[in-house]
Amino acid sequence: MPEQRLAVRKTYKLYIGGKFPRSESGRTYLVDGSNVALASRKDARDAVLAARKAQPGWAGATAYNRGQVLYRAAEMLEGRRAEFAALGVPEADVDAATDRWVWYAGWADKLAQVHGGANPVAGPYFNLSAPEPTGVVGVVAPASFLGLVSVVAPAIVTGNAVVVVAGDPLPAVTLAEVLATSDLPGGVVNILTGSPAEIAPWLASHDDVNALDLTGVADGELAVALEQAAAGTLKRVLRPGPGADWAADPGLGRMTAFLETKTVWHPKGF
Amino acid sequence: MFEYAPAPESRSIVDLAPSYGLFIDGEFAAPADGGVFKTVNPATEEVLSEVSVAGPADVDRAVAAARRAFAGWSALPGAARAKYLYRIARIVQERSRELAVLESLDNGKPIREARDVDLPLVAAHFFYYAGWADKLAYAGYGTTPLGVVGQVIPWNFPLLMLAWKIAPALATGNTVVLKPAETTPLSALFFADVCRQAELPPGVVNIVTGAGDTGRTLVEHPDVNKVAFTGSTEVGRQIARSVAGTGKRVTLELGGKAANIVFDDAPIDQAVEGIVNGIFFNQGHVCCAGSRLLVQENVYDEVLDSLKRRMAQLRVGDPLDKNTDIGAINSSVQLERVRALAAVGEQEGERWSPPCELPGQGFWFAPTIFTGVSQTHRIAREEVFGPVLAVLTFRTPAEAVEKANNTPYGLSAGIWSEKGSRILAVADKLRAGVVWANTFNRFDPASPFGGYKESGYGREGGRHGLEAYLA
Repeated sequence: MPEQRLAVRKTYKLYIGGKFPRSESGRTYLVDGSNVALASRKDARDAVLAARKAQPGWAGATAYNRGQVLYRAAEMLEGRRAEFAALGVPEADVDAATDRWVWYAGWADKLAQVHGGANPVAGPYFNLSAPEPTGVVGVVAPASFLGLVSVVAPAIVTGNAVVVVAGDPLPAVTLAEVLATSDLPGGVVNILTGSPAEIAPWLASHDDVNALDLTGVADGELAVALEQAAAGTLKRVLRPGPGADWAADPGLGRMTAFLETKTVWHPKGF
Repeated sequence: MFEYAPAPESRSIVDLAPSYGLFIDGEFAAPADGGVFKTVNPATEEVLSEVSVAGPADVDRAVAAARRAFAGWSALPGAARAKYLYRIARIVQERSRELAVLESLDNGKPIREARDVDLPLVAAHFFYYAGWADKLAYAGYGTTPLGVVGQVIPWNFPLLMLAWKIAPALATGNTVVLKPAETTPLSALFFADVCRQAELPPGVVNIVTGAGDTGRTLVEHPDVNKVAFTGSTEVGRQIARSVAGTGKRVTLELGGKAANIVFDDAPIDQAVEGIVNGIFFNQGHVCCAGSRLLVQENVYDEVLDSLKRRMAQLRVGDPLDKNTDIGAINSSVQLERVRALAAVGEQEGERWSPPCELPGQGFWFAPTIFTGVSQTHRIAREEVFGPVLAVLTFRTPAEAVEKANNTPYGLSAGIWSEKGSRILAVADKLRAGVVWANTFNRFDPASPFGGYKESGYGREGGRHGLEAYLA
């Protein structure tokens, strides 16, 4: 019997602040034979801290720069098609996810032109409305890999930072490896693996989280509880109806859901 | 101060009935359980009229009327909805003297402001959104209305807040049940008459009066598709919690604690006018009031001296006098709130008001500033919603931005500087929905208004204001 090379396995860890730590709790759970980090409340708080730290710099980067970073994510994803296929992600989904990064990359320096503009007020004033990122967004991601990319890309392209509770852990951590090699500043995307029912309530009630995307919450009661907790600091909550078609044209809604409009006035005069 | 002869506006133009019912399905009707409350003139404590309390059965009837009207109203061509709104805008213009006096009577605001700010903006708002009704396909939010909209508005700009709520809702094809504030119900009831004059189809606009319970019943009504609220952050939280899981759309325009930042290169005289307008406009009953003054340290003395001189010129008194700058506090409850926070401020910092004689009757509070305030003081953190200004200082632009953003609110902010690049850089960094540079408290129907963070979500005004009312 020919000697077979023993494979080097991957350790599936969290992605926080650009690093891949284990859960501070030391806990793991089994997913398809792999031990995956089981994120805790402390991990969620660390992730929010990392997101808050990274967000102003990311929002302050030029839109051109953010667009290139998202495009770089598409390049990196393209090169890892086989790895995602080995995790059971349909090839068509990986391709569509790659194309989605490219699509959103192009929005970075266009959305303000489509979603903002000059306001013709009745007086001698310059008046301009422009979209700005909401800040730190907690995301409960759907299990679909294309769904995961479709919720993360629109949230970050405008300058938000996200803390993602993964729906399907192995592809999510692998996506983190894509992002870690895409020149994305550490902390802009943070990915936690574990139980949404355990982690998401800490994000929903966290005072330093500005918005919540409940797309991946399958349990209706949990979704209502999270929405109620989010009311404490008046987080913006995105809770789409069931049965998302991730292959469909995403439209602008997922970007505008996590934007604020700022309107600046200035008098005109000689 | 110059002696001015009194120049009172006549109140005879307003014909007040001794009592008012609820406006449901195009008719005024008595409430099911017969509950009433009195609305008073806060400047004199005189009872103006008796107003109905809408109970659950009344709210139910109003929502049902709006639901019945929705099919026809939403099916109208946009151009027809536009014409109704243009009619309303015109009627408001024609009746603006009457409505301005009424607003001043019920709210306590100076007639000069009701006449020159509130009423022109009300008409402009209807005129602006009228034009959108047949152009929705170009706005980018679809053309499908949501259904019945429940709207709850505050007492600081009663008719203007009504216009901000009703104009975009009707333009987009929704029907409305609106609850005005408990202390200022009259202009909404007069607006019901404007709707009748415009021959607006019955049920398209319904006005239910009452206090918090009526508002809660409306917000929680299962057949309301969208809730729009302007008011306190605390009530905003309760609404957000109560609609969780219902799928209702919500927009919230809540409190603020705006920083008004004066740099050392600012035109000081203009800045002082802006500071005064920012905090004493409408007795400081303004969610976007510039209630935290941030002055660069090296011009602090100059700004403060000038501000105090200017404040000594403010005329506090009879709201119907056309010379009056500062009118009455809207209610005894609000006066107590302002007094309580000012008392706390006095323990923390130094209190100053110009010499000023307040009328014996009614609810009054002298324009007040607090100096020696630090960021942790309650007077610098909590919304007073009265003519009270907290003064802080800073040394560098970075420190100004840091202090300005150090609040859970994010509704508005002001910047005073002659340096364009500095204004734009600071405006970029302020976490607030409206930034006024070298001006303050400007409003326009074309200009989106709304907050960041705990000042709420959604925008009112402009193209952005349509989004909240379209599916």
